[in-house]
Amino acid sequence: MTSILTNLFDGVAYGMLLFVLACGLAVTLGLMNFVNLAHGAFAMAGGYVCMVLVNRMGWPFFAALPLAFVSAAAIGIALERTLYRHLYARSHLDQVLFTIGLTFMSVAAVDYIQGSSRVFINLPTGLQGQFDLFGVGIGRYRLMIIVICGLLTIALQMVLAKTRFGSRLRAAVDDPRAASGLGINVPQVFAFTFAFGCGLAGLGGALSAEILGLDPYFPLKFMIYFLIVVTVGGSSSITGPFLASLLLGIGDVAGKYYVPKMGPFVIYTMMIVILIWRPNGLFGRTAAR
Amino acid sequence: MSASSDVGHHAQRQARWHYGEAAFWLIVLACGFLFPNRYLIMTDILRLALFAMSLDLILGYAGIVSLGHAAFFGVGAYAAGLLALHGIVNEPVLALVVAGLAAMVLGFATSFLVIRGVDLTRLMVTLGIALLLEALAERFSKITGGTDGLQGIEIQPIFGEIPFDMFGKTGFFYSLAVLFLLFLLARRVVHSPFGLSLRAIKNNPLRAAAIGIPVNRRLIAIYTLAAFYAGIAGALFTQTTAIASLDVFAFERSADLMLVLVIGGTGYLYGGLIGAVLFRMLQELFSTITPQYWQFWIGLVLVVIVLVGRQRLHRWALYVPNLVIKQIAGRKAVVAVPESDA
Repeated sequence: MTSILTNLFDGVAYGMLLFVLACGLAVTLGLMNFVNLAHGAFAMAGGYVCMVLVNRMGWPFFAALPLAFVSAAAIGIALERTLYRHLYARSHLDQVLFTIGLTFMSVAAVDYIQGSSRVFINLPTGLQGQFDLFGVGIGRYRLMIIVICGLLTIALQMVLAKTRFGSRLRAAVDDPRAASGLGINVPQVFAFTFAFGCGLAGLGGALSAEILGLDPYFPLKFMIYFLIVVTVGGSSSITGPFLASLLLGIGDVAGKYYVPKMGPFVIYTMMIVILIWRPNGLFGRTAAR
Repeated sequence: MSASSDVGHHAQRQARWHYGEAAFWLIVLACGFLFPNRYLIMTDILRLALFAMSLDLILGYAGIVSLGHAAFFGVGAYAAGLLALHGIVNEPVLALVVAGLAAMVLGFATSFLVIRGVDLTRLMVTLGIALLLEALAERFSKITGGTDGLQGIEIQPIFGEIPFDMFGKTGFFYSLAVLFLLFLLARRVVHSPFGLSLRAIKNNPLRAAAIGIPVNRRLIAIYTLAAFYAGIAGALFTQTTAIASLDVFAFERSADLMLVLVIGGTGYLYGGLIGAVLFRMLQELFSTITPQYWQFWIGLVLVVIVLVGRQRLHRWALYVPNLVIKQIAGRKAVVAVPESDA
């Protein structure tokens, strides 16, 4: 019984992490209809920035996290302004080729700068180990992830639903032409959202070094996970991707624990079945746009 | 002349063999005699060319974007390996066909999943299928040898007469023969009414359906055929290298394949062949400059190609040949710019 609860807890932490990593992609892929396979590269960038700051320069872990966010967002906005924005109107094939190219470049570049082995971020002692809560083993680090990611999710939902920027974004997504007719600077809104999504990915990358492992092949290894979150979760709100991440996280952890031999088999099968059953995602809109 | 016979006439003229095509194949054949110490890399290029041609059939002609074409390559590779390893089918040509058929069956089964949905769903589903097969191959390591791959494969002589030699001479001419035969078939297919209907589907599925083309059935047919081709390419891989390992399913293989086709251009069958040559040469070049980080430069090539625009690049590439033809023949250029895709 307690092992089930511990697994559930780990699964939730894993899922939350996936959500923070992938929710930027939910915007580009789901809302802007841009296939960005290089999303993991931004996460990796954040992770490596955090690693360098903490391990080499002796920054405290919590001070390095915001910088992981900022640096990934900065890379994101630079690339968006120079390269990505030329490709919004192109075919999906062009977008796929372009972002695969970027992914390959990032993998080789990080390999060149930092070496190909897995890196670890030195955690403060307060975050290590686990404690018992009513007999359920709870990892401190995972608890922190749940807290941070939970707060982020609530904040995101609030921004989207309550603020002026949120309503602009929703308008720009629903009908870019009408939105720009109303005086909303649609490219700017998209650029900002893109950068924010990249920043979140960078933060997720920094947080995930401990759980998912951080090495130069990160963007390729987890690309499919991010895509699953977005395609299964749909794009109508952030609740869809959120639930999809939780499902994926819990499913993956449970799958690895209870049927280790099946490997990632369960996840891929689930994804294919869901995509066939509901091509717009489990929580997506029913009508194709 | 009425409009309908005009269209037919045009289609027939397109389907006729040009001198350039004959010259192309003669050059390829001549390479086999000119560079006797380069058989291994040339065989590799032929294999890649066949694989790229397979993707061209669905991407260039039917407009299906696939990120998991390695699935069929892998199935063909493992099928050929297992057939040879357990002595089920000893004769390589027959084994090749059987392996191709195995991939074809998978292609047919998965085509129903692929024809549903839009580009994005297709990307995900094809990628998912390839990853699934990789996971399966790893899981059933008793059959596939797991991460070590199939070892100790011995390929019997072709037709029981011609043994595979150390230098890969047999392998090269064998691959070339297979590639040429399959090219003839593909050429016939894409210039048939069936092939023309595929182009119609690619340009506008809705209109194609409106003029009475059974869109889904045609897509299933071409996807199945492409799977057969990819399976053959995979089987050739196993037969000429005597290995089959998990990386036949790898995502990088599918991604590289896209690059091959993009370099060569889609939708005129030669794209895969030309692209394969250029890709391997690029790869050789980059890996001599930076053995470990050639992937960076491959990525850069992709990015630049997309940013410059594939069509524009092909126009540049064809500028000189077109000029030559214009000067010599004094007529409009016959080297066609491959039509746009997706």
